Amino acid sequence: MKKDIILKAENISKQYRLGQVGTGTLSHDINRWWHKIRGKENPYLKIGDINDRSTKGNSDYVWALQDINFEVERGEVLGIIGKNGAGKSTLLKILSKVTAPTTGSIKSRGRIASLLEVGTGFNGEMTGRENIFLNGAILGMTKKEISSKLDEIIEFSGCERYIDTPVKRYSSGMTVRLAFAVAAFLEPEILVIDEVLAVGDAEFQKKAIGKMQDISREGGRTVLFVSHNMAAIQKLCTKCVLLQNGKFIAQGKTDDIIQQYLQQSGGSQGKYILDTTISKKKKVYATSLTIEDKEGNLMNEIPVGKPWGVIVDFTVNENINNLIIAIGITDIHDSPISTSWSLPQELKKGNYSATFFEDTIKFNTGQYKLLIGISRGNEVIEYIDNSLFVIFSDVINQQDESIVNNKSGIIINQMLVKIDRINTTI
Amino acid sequence: MNDNNTPNDWLFEITPKNKFFSLNLKEVWQYRDLLLLFVKRDVITVYKQTVLGPLWYLIQPLFTSVTFTIIFNNVAGIDTGTVPPFLFNLAGITVWNYFTACLTGTSDTFKANAAIFGKVYFPRIITPLSVVISNLVKFGIQFLIFIGFYIFYYFQGANLGLNGLILFFPILIIIMGLLGLGLGMLISAMVTKYRDFSHLIGFGIQLLMYLSAVMYPMSLIKDKLPGYGWLVEYNPLAYIIETARYMLLDVGEVSVLGLSYTLAVTIAVFFIGLLVFNKTEKSFIDTV
Repeated sequence: MKKDIILKAENISKQYRLGQVGTGTLSHDINRWWHKIRGKENPYLKIGDINDRSTKGNSDYVWALQDINFEVERGEVLGIIGKNGAGKSTLLKILSKVTAPTTGSIKSRGRIASLLEVGTGFNGEMTGRENIFLNGAILGMTKKEISSKLDEIIEFSGCERYIDTPVKRYSSGMTVRLAFAVAAFLEPEILVIDEVLAVGDAEFQKKAIGKMQDISREGGRTVLFVSHNMAAIQKLCTKCVLLQNGKFIAQGKTDDIIQQYLQQSGGSQGKYILDTTISKKKKVYATSLTIEDKEGNLMNEIPVGKPWGVIVDFTVNENINNLIIAIGITDIHDSPISTSWSLPQELKKGNYSATFFEDTIKFNTGQYKLLIGISRGNEVIEYIDNSLFVIFSDVINQQDESIVNNKSGIIINQMLVKIDRINTTI
Repeated sequence: MNDNNTPNDWLFEITPKNKFFSLNLKEVWQYRDLLLLFVKRDVITVYKQTVLGPLWYLIQPLFTSVTFTIIFNNVAGIDTGTVPPFLFNLAGITVWNYFTACLTGTSDTFKANAAIFGKVYFPRIITPLSVVISNLVKFGIQFLIFIGFYIFYYFQGANLGLNGLILFFPILIIIMGLLGLGLGMLISAMVTKYRDFSHLIGFGIQLLMYLSAVMYPMSLIKDKLPGYGWLVEYNPLAYIIETARYMLLDVGEVSVLGLSYTLAVTIAVFFIGLLVFNKTEKSFIDTV
C-alpha cells in the first residue's frame, strides 16, 4: 500500500550556543561572517557536543537535535517521547516554524498549527470573547471561521458565564480551557501539541483527550503530541518517536516505544545497587535490590507465570525494634497493584537481606515498577521510588498450560470456573 | 485532497536558509484578520481601566507644544512668521510624534513579543505593521486637536492659509510611517542579540528631534548655524516636517530635491529593514 506521507523530516539538526551573549559571541559572529564572505563553511558547525547536561563538555556549542529523520502519515497521531533534554520541544519548535533548524529540512503537505503552551497571546485586558478572536487569528484562523464556531468554542470551554469578563480575572484552569477550546476548533491538517494537558482538572483532561481523538479519527487530521504522561500517550497515539540526548532512537508502535523508553530510564537489570550517599546516615537503609528466580538465579526478565523473588539487602546502623520492610508493585503509570510487608522485627546492628517470594500471582507481560519501604511502626525510615523495574516476558515453549495468554489485564491467574446444572426446564 | 505522491507536491518546506529576500505577501494577506485584531487590541487596551481614556492621547502633544512655545518662542525668541507659535509647534509635534511612536513601537518587536513568537508562528511582519497602523489611529486623534486649534486661531483672526498641496498630506504621513517602520525593524533585529541598541534608541530619538526642524523652521538653522546646517539638511525627517508645516500652515519652503532625497532614503531604509527583519525572524528566538 502506498503510504500517504503528510510530513517528512530530513536530517534535522539544531545547534545551540551555551553561555551568555557578550563580547565572545561578537567575535564568533565576526569570524562566522568572515568565513561566509570568503565562501567557506560555518566553522562552528563542525564542533559541538551531544546534549548531555550532566557532564561537562569541551565545546561552547551543543546539538539539541542531531540528524533526525522521520515520516508521518496522514491521520496519524504521533507521540514524541524522551527524557528531559531529549530535544522534544526543540523539534516541535522547528515544526511549528518558531525557529529554523541549523541543517536539514521539513517538508509538509498540510498547514501546521501549534498549541505549544496554551494562553500565550491572550491579552489580560480583553474579554474572553475578544481573546477567542485574537487567539484564533494568531493560530491562523480567519475572523469568519472563528465567528462560525464561536458558540461551539464557548460551549466546549465551559466559560459561558465569564465570556465577557477580562481574561485577567480568569483562574488558570479557565484560561487553559478557553485556549484549548480555541485550538481544538482549529482546522489545520497537522496539529502540534506540547504538554498542554498538564493543567486543567481530570474532567477537562478527559474532554481534551477525547477531542484530540476525534480530531484525528473523524477529522482525518494528523496530530503530533509531546508529553511525559505515558498514559495519555498510550491512549492517544498510534505511533511514537523516541529521542534521547537530541538523537533519534526509534520510531514504531506506541506500546513498543513506550517500553523502550521506560527501559532507557532504568530497565530491568536483575540487580540494582542503590545510591546510599544520603541514606546511609539513616537508622536503616537499603543497599541493593535483586530479582531472582526460584533457584536463586539473577533474572533480567521473568518468564510469565514462573515463580520469582525480590531480595532487598539492607543495613541496620543501630539496634532497632518494630522494623517493617515492604515492597510495592505498581504499573508503569504508577497505579499501585500490590504491597507486601514483613512482620515487625527486632534487629541488631548489621547487614541483612529480606526475601520476598511470589509463586501464586501471575503477572501479564510488561514492565512493572518496584518500590521499597522501610518503617518502624508508623515512622517511615526509607521510601525508594526510583526506577526499579521488573519485567515479565513471554517465553516460547511455555509449558504451563494454565496460562491463557489473552494479553489483557495485569494479573492473568484464572479464577476457578465451575458450571452446575440447576434444572433443565425453562 | 491531493493524494498523489510525487515528490514535488509539498505544500511548504522548512529549511535553515532564508531566501535573500522573501516577503510572503500572500501569507500576510491570509493573516489580515490578525493584523486588524492586533490594531484593535492596541487601540482599545489603551483606554481600559483609565478614567480619561483617549484624552491621554491629547494631553501629551498639548503640553509639549505649550512648553516648546514658552521655551523656544517666548524665551529663545524663534520667529515663526505670521503663524501663531503654538500652532507651529503643535503641527511639528503631531507629525513628529507619529514617527517616534512608529519607531519605538516597532524597535522592540522581537524583544517584547518573544513569549508569543516563541510559541506560535505567524508572519512576524504583522506585529510591526499593526504598530504603525494603530499609531495612525492615535495620530488621527491628535490631528483632530490640531484642526480644532487651527479653526480657533482662524476665527481669532490669525493669518492662516492652507496650501493646495494639503491633498498630498496623507502621502507624507505614509512616508513618515514607512521610515519609522523601516528603521524600527532594522533596530528590532539588532536588539535581539545585542541589547546595546535599545539603550541607544531612547536618547537617540531625543537628539534626533533637535535635528528634525520640529520647533524651528529649516531656514533658521541655515541662517544661524551655517557650519552645522548640513546636519539638518541631510536629515530626511526634517524635510517631512518642514513640508507638513508648509501644507498645513503655508509657512516655510518645500524643496523638491529634499523631498526626493527623503523618498529615496525612506525606500532604502524600508527595504533594508525588511531584509534584516526577515533574516532575523527565523531564528531570533535562540538569541533574544
